[in-house]
Amino acid sequence: MIFALDTPHIDWLALSAPLALLGAGGVNLLAAVLVPRKARRVFGAIVCALGFAGAIVAAAILYAHSADGHGVIADSIQRDRLAALTAIIVAGSGILAIGTSYSEPMADDHIAEYYALLAWAGAGMIFLASASTLLTLFLGLEWFSISLYILCAIDRDLAGSLEAGLKYLIIGGFGSAMLLFGSALVYGATGTLEFHEIARVVQAQGLSDDALLVAGLALVIGGLGFKASAAPFHMWTPDVYEGAPTPVTAFMAAATKTVALVLTLRVLVTAFPQEARLWTVTVAAIACASLAIGNLAALVQKGLKRMLAYSSISHAGFMLIAVAANNGLGARALLYYLIPYSAMSVGAFAVVAARERELNRPVTLDNLAGFGWERPLLGISMMVFMLGFAGLPLTGGFVGKFYVFAAAYRHGWTWLVIVGVAATAVSLYYYLGVIRAMYMRPAEELQLAPVGGSPPRELVLQTTVAAALIVTVGSFFVVQPLIDVAKHAAGSLPF
Amino acid sequence: MTSGWLTTALILFPIAGGLLVWLLPLRSFAVGSTALLFALIEVGLWIDSVARFNFSRPGLQLDQRTSWFSDLHVSYHVGFYGFSLWLAGLTVVVLAAAIGYAFWAGRERPRAYYGLMLILTGAIVGVFVAQDLLLFYVFWEAMLIPLYFLVGVWGGAGRLRATLMFVIYTMAGSLLMLASIIVLGLSQGTFDLVNSGTSGSDWIFLGFVAAFAVKAPLFPLHAWLPEAYRESSPEVAAVLSGVVSKAAAYGFLRIAISKFPEPVADFRTPILVLAACGLVYGSLLAFGAPDLRGVIAYSSLAQMGLIVLGLFAVNDLGLNGAVLQMVNHGLISATLFLLAGGIERRTSTGELALLGGMARGRPALATVLMTAGVIALAVPGSTAFAGEFAILAGVFQTGWGWAAVGAVAIVLAAMYMLRLISAVLHQAPGSAVSDAALDLRPAELGVLVPLVALLLVLSAWPAAITDHSFPKTSVQVTSSTGATGYAPLPNHRLALP
Repeated sequence: MIFALDTPHIDWLALSAPLALLGAGGVNLLAAVLVPRKARRVFGAIVCALGFAGAIVAAAILYAHSADGHGVIADSIQRDRLAALTAIIVAGSGILAIGTSYSEPMADDHIAEYYALLAWAGAGMIFLASASTLLTLFLGLEWFSISLYILCAIDRDLAGSLEAGLKYLIIGGFGSAMLLFGSALVYGATGTLEFHEIARVVQAQGLSDDALLVAGLALVIGGLGFKASAAPFHMWTPDVYEGAPTPVTAFMAAATKTVALVLTLRVLVTAFPQEARLWTVTVAAIACASLAIGNLAALVQKGLKRMLAYSSISHAGFMLIAVAANNGLGARALLYYLIPYSAMSVGAFAVVAARERELNRPVTLDNLAGFGWERPLLGISMMVFMLGFAGLPLTGGFVGKFYVFAAAYRHGWTWLVIVGVAATAVSLYYYLGVIRAMYMRPAEELQLAPVGGSPPRELVLQTTVAAALIVTVGSFFVVQPLIDVAKHAAGSLPF
Repeated sequence: MTSGWLTTALILFPIAGGLLVWLLPLRSFAVGSTALLFALIEVGLWIDSVARFNFSRPGLQLDQRTSWFSDLHVSYHVGFYGFSLWLAGLTVVVLAAAIGYAFWAGRERPRAYYGLMLILTGAIVGVFVAQDLLLFYVFWEAMLIPLYFLVGVWGGAGRLRATLMFVIYTMAGSLLMLASIIVLGLSQGTFDLVNSGTSGSDWIFLGFVAAFAVKAPLFPLHAWLPEAYRESSPEVAAVLSGVVSKAAAYGFLRIAISKFPEPVADFRTPILVLAACGLVYGSLLAFGAPDLRGVIAYSSLAQMGLIVLGLFAVNDLGLNGAVLQMVNHGLISATLFLLAGGIERRTSTGELALLGGMARGRPALATVLMTAGVIALAVPGSTAFAGEFAILAGVFQTGWGWAAVGAVAIVLAAMYMLRLISAVLHQAPGSAVSDAALDLRPAELGVLVPLVALLLVLSAWPAAITDHSFPKTSVQVTSSTGATGYAPLPNHRLALP
């Protein structure tokens, strides 16, 4: 006999972006056995890139056809422009990460799995971006996290890679557990997992001061804070960023942060509007802690990947300022800022990867000396990324910071503007330190590539870096269209 | 306005030129000459804008406006007032001279070097024409980036420390200004400088003052100055002291004074005190400085004090004098720094104790240095005299004490300039001065003579600037709160009768 299961209507368009990536991952996994070893690297990269490109196209179509956001598939995911824009940013970072991976000297035997996992991590992130219940939120979070745990540890020849994977697994698991526990408490208080429903129940039953709910909210914020690597949930970041293969770090720095911050915004604004006075202060405090810890710790780093890890913690702080502002301008600021930020992150790590391959050892400020003159394109790009992180003009980072501060001011928190400005001032020291190392060290300090001969050409990597450079600089000049997109995406949220 | 494109061209042309010389794989000589050509065409563009500028008409001219991002009302808005026209002129002339000097002296990595110099030109012109707060900030910061490289890559042995100091000081000030800009712009509802009203907030005012006071520099925020001026190559020092410091003075005038009438009234005395301290202290240091660049650097501190004194006199005389003196000092200090570069090149030292007797057999050097020096010490009849006199007369109206301090400092100026001239040109030939040290070469004269000639022209006709900086309708006014404000700009709320 046939069991007539009551299945919900499935909106395939809303799922098309993750599906494209799942498909690409599947093909890659097959390639691991079917495609000859020599061709796997090229094949894997192309299939994975096609998957991400497909995801971008799907997300763009979704963006065009989702002017009014609504829940689909039994309200478990949200089909709206916020999800679509996030998907585009994540998939864009994915493509750049593939460009960074392409000539990474990784053992050939797991290269197909590498690209499969990269695609799946992307799929999980894109799925997560549209999460509309605490359950799909957890599902998406674990989905991409597990892929990333393996990716961090995939290069067994790389010292620290396994350690990074393990560390990320344990601490990430702890973060997930927090999130899950928090979800359970919220469910216990409200009897529902769906974001809008939570807000409605809290409103209807006057639960906004309920201890169970508030505790649940706190744990949810903590759990998301782990993924966004905001202080005090940042401990894993420097070690994992340093230990993981650089292309994976690049992808994590850009995409994980994007999706975690967007999710934080979505959950807090959609599910907990009644608790706004609580979480705005909490998020602001987390932002300040991230800014302080990230910036101060970055000052003393010698290793470039570690420094960039702390810089990413401080940027979590900057962007959480936009979340804490709890207004439309803040959402716009966050969504705008994520575009140049993702490009700068992947770009900066791509440059690090290039130098790593040249020297065959970890990149430090010392062995970066003279790099700017040796590799003009990479040098200029790195300079622009650093200026962009520091929020100096002619990069999207400037406009992003400006919007974030404007949002904080609009919320009435001038003190937060001052904190942000002070943090920027501190950050200049280490960002400009990289430029100083690349361009201003005396010639006798130059440590030329020990391999000898001219550096490898690495056309794919250079193209990747150039693309990141174009996004970083371009987002400074064409602010209006990007802000319009961010505004429409932010329109999916109930402000 | 029909000619708004000219203003945009003044910004974009050198930047495009900079990118061009940087990207094209030219040989060193071709790079230098292309860069110089661009710089000279830029001067031509500026002359064209002077020709199109109607000095009898008040208000913004040669303006152009396009929305940049509309939700916060930020736009690309540029245009000229009389005084900004002169400062832009100073910029293009000094930068052209600096590029010419660098071309003659030869610099390593010429493509990057000239590229940065040209980009710097565009950025500084941008500061003087920006009529939107955020755009102003963008150019303000964009100015810093090429300077960071120019000092940090091509500077002397202590360049890393010098750039670090320079950047930390300037950025600390700039970021406070950014906070002020955000608060001011959002509370006004627009970032446009022409359309926005005035503000009475002391904190916002102080944020702006911090940025300008560091960049000028105003005593006691000058710690970065001696190192930056000593470690830079001479032409970059010329730009720093001649032009970049004027951007700060311009900021005081265009934003701090015209947008904050009440805070200006509140903080006028402390700022005047700092300016006077800088004037006297800078003059004393210049008198005691052991080297050429030290004298010029500290005299620059003193002169900026004098200019700020004139600005914060907030009256017609003071402001006109300050604008004239900005141009004067820009030309003088550029000339002196380039001369110092020439002298250091010949003697490989700037120590005054090792120099001397260079007038004998080097008539061109002696003539140029003497002329520039005599103008710098403000002998009656020189344009510097006109500027300083107007400033002192202006500040006299505020209180005779300020004028007295200023007068003392002018005596000190005569002392340190004469000491400089005498230590280089006269006395017994110094140990570093060999007979092989030649007179100024034609190329150097080609750079220096136009600067000195401009100073002589201004000496003959200082009214070219003092009568053509502010519209005649501008008046000193008293607001309803009793605070004395000043309305150099016709859009000023207080200027309305």
